[in-house]
Amino acid sequence: MAADHRATGNAGLAIGSGSRLSRICVRAALLLGVVISLFPFYWLVVMASGTTEDIYRYPPKLVPGPHLLDNMGRVLDTIDFFGSLFNTVVVAVVGTVLVLFFDSLAAFAFAKYEFPAKKFLFGMLLVTYMIPAQLSLVPQFVTIAEFGWAGSLKALIIPGAANAFGIFWMRQYAQNSLPDELLDAGRIDGAGFFRLYWTVALPLFRPALAFLGIFTFIGIWNDYIWPLVVMIDPEKVTLQVALANLNVLYNADYALVMAGALMSVIPLIVVFLFGARHFLRDLAAGAMKM
Amino acid sequence: MATVLDPAGAPAAGERRLARSTGSTPPGGRGRYLPPLLAISPFYVLFAVFGAFPVVFSMYLSFQDWDGIGDMRFVGLKQYGWLLQDSVFWHSVLNTFEIWFLSTVPMLFLALVLAFLLHSQVRFAGAYRVAYFIPNVTSMVAMTIVFGSVFAQAGLANSVLRAVGLDGVGWLSSEWGIKSSVSLMIIWRWVGYNALIFLAGIQAIPTEHFEAARVDGANSRQTLFRVVVPQLRPVILFAAITSTINGLQIFTESQVLFQSTDVGTTGGPGQEGMTIVLYLWQKAFKEHQFGYGAAMGWLLFAIIAIFTIINWRLVSGSDDDRRPGIAGLLRRKGARDGR
Repeated sequence: MAADHRATGNAGLAIGSGSRLSRICVRAALLLGVVISLFPFYWLVVMASGTTEDIYRYPPKLVPGPHLLDNMGRVLDTIDFFGSLFNTVVVAVVGTVLVLFFDSLAAFAFAKYEFPAKKFLFGMLLVTYMIPAQLSLVPQFVTIAEFGWAGSLKALIIPGAANAFGIFWMRQYAQNSLPDELLDAGRIDGAGFFRLYWTVALPLFRPALAFLGIFTFIGIWNDYIWPLVVMIDPEKVTLQVALANLNVLYNADYALVMAGALMSVIPLIVVFLFGARHFLRDLAAGAMKM
Repeated sequence: MATVLDPAGAPAAGERRLARSTGSTPPGGRGRYLPPLLAISPFYVLFAVFGAFPVVFSMYLSFQDWDGIGDMRFVGLKQYGWLLQDSVFWHSVLNTFEIWFLSTVPMLFLALVLAFLLHSQVRFAGAYRVAYFIPNVTSMVAMTIVFGSVFAQAGLANSVLRAVGLDGVGWLSSEWGIKSSVSLMIIWRWVGYNALIFLAGIQAIPTEHFEAARVDGANSRQTLFRVVVPQLRPVILFAAITSTINGLQIFTESQVLFQSTDVGTTGGPGQEGMTIVLYLWQKAFKEHQFGYGAAMGWLLFAIIAIFTIINWRLVSGSDDDRRPGIAGLLRRKGARDGR
């Protein structure tokens, strides 16, 4: 609330006390931006509910048509949509839970405990964060194949089950929001490391976990190049790969492809809208700290 | 910190502090380090197996000729030599740079302006944020498919041009059409994201700076460039570095846009949409030249490292007294931690 007041305070100052005209211009520009941001989604709905002929008609048809359910039904007939949706949900849910657990546990240790080489280990976290993912795409695949994991969901879950960003960000949060007194009180009651983490720290981490959870979930859900490379069995892929395959094999049937695209986008938008407020506030705060 | 590293036993002051923070285990026992070390171990184990080892292994692989199945054949630096003579590789480097430049510069500028506008707008702030962030959340594959149809020859973009009496553009068939459409997709996806980061930075600027600007009679544009931009430098640097790291690794847009069952057409007409990572993927996973792919990974890494350093120099500027950048950010963070 305080932040809102301050924002209001220097907002007026930023644009001068603002003539009426300039304020209208600002609002018009912002609305135009919103239209540009959201139009592709609207257009996706229009295309997914029309026929392929509608999509390339001139003048274009700008309103949704009556074929949405029909097109969606054809998607279900063409690809194993629920199979790949299931794979994606499993990978995203299990992956997110593991990241939340391992990252918050490590962050708790980094924030509240001393141990040998702590500074070095923490510095290493930051360095690993800078290594571009694509550098070792080939050897990563070879490693996974050696393990016999190629084509298995393990290959999508395990390598990313703990990450530097989450540990770094959660540690920051732990330092600011977890009072030592609370931990000391727990120790007097005889709680050890893990009990303190589970009963004292974790409940206080909830806002940070919500952000990290949504962030991780979205990232895993949308990942494309890694599943494309590692899921070698065409019958067992994630939603993104299934959609890309649909696009290649049926690219003459645009209405079908668009219905598939729409179906792959909806679950994630729901998750995002569900947690948007939290997510956006913490995203900006997290970026400021990096 | 040094006391912690001392294996012979920490001095009294350090010991007391440790005892207080680790509690139940008696001070002095090595066992007290075990729980926190175990707690942080998952990341380091995973990193060793799936991060560090592959990096070292990719160096080894880049000296081999290997199709992924048969025997490896040591070829020394030849993969790098072939790569440097490979015109498609250089084309992909050039394309990547062009797309990166065409997308990153307008994207950061638009994000800055948008953040400034959002800052002055207090009504519906939450709704604006959601609307501007949604492009970043949704699947790149799905949205590339949507943009692919918009930019098709008979697609919406050309219909709009035709409606206002202009000729259609070969968005997906001409050199600059391809680069512009890929760049537009990147801009669409990342403007809102960066604007929200800039907005957080603007809101952290002390109100007095805006008051001073107003007293001096600055208009909006002057306020933006004289007050906001200098104060935002570390944040702009952060955004520039992440956009560079992401931008030089673009893959999905080009891959999905020009994907077909025929390997020869990867990267679109004239291979104008061929990017470094797309070429890496094609060589390694479509043509099974793993050594070549590994060598390309290292060149990509070198390019990204050089660009990050250039970025850093450019954005952090020459004035030494204020030295922002990652170091400055980390220092500020440290100051906050110490409090």
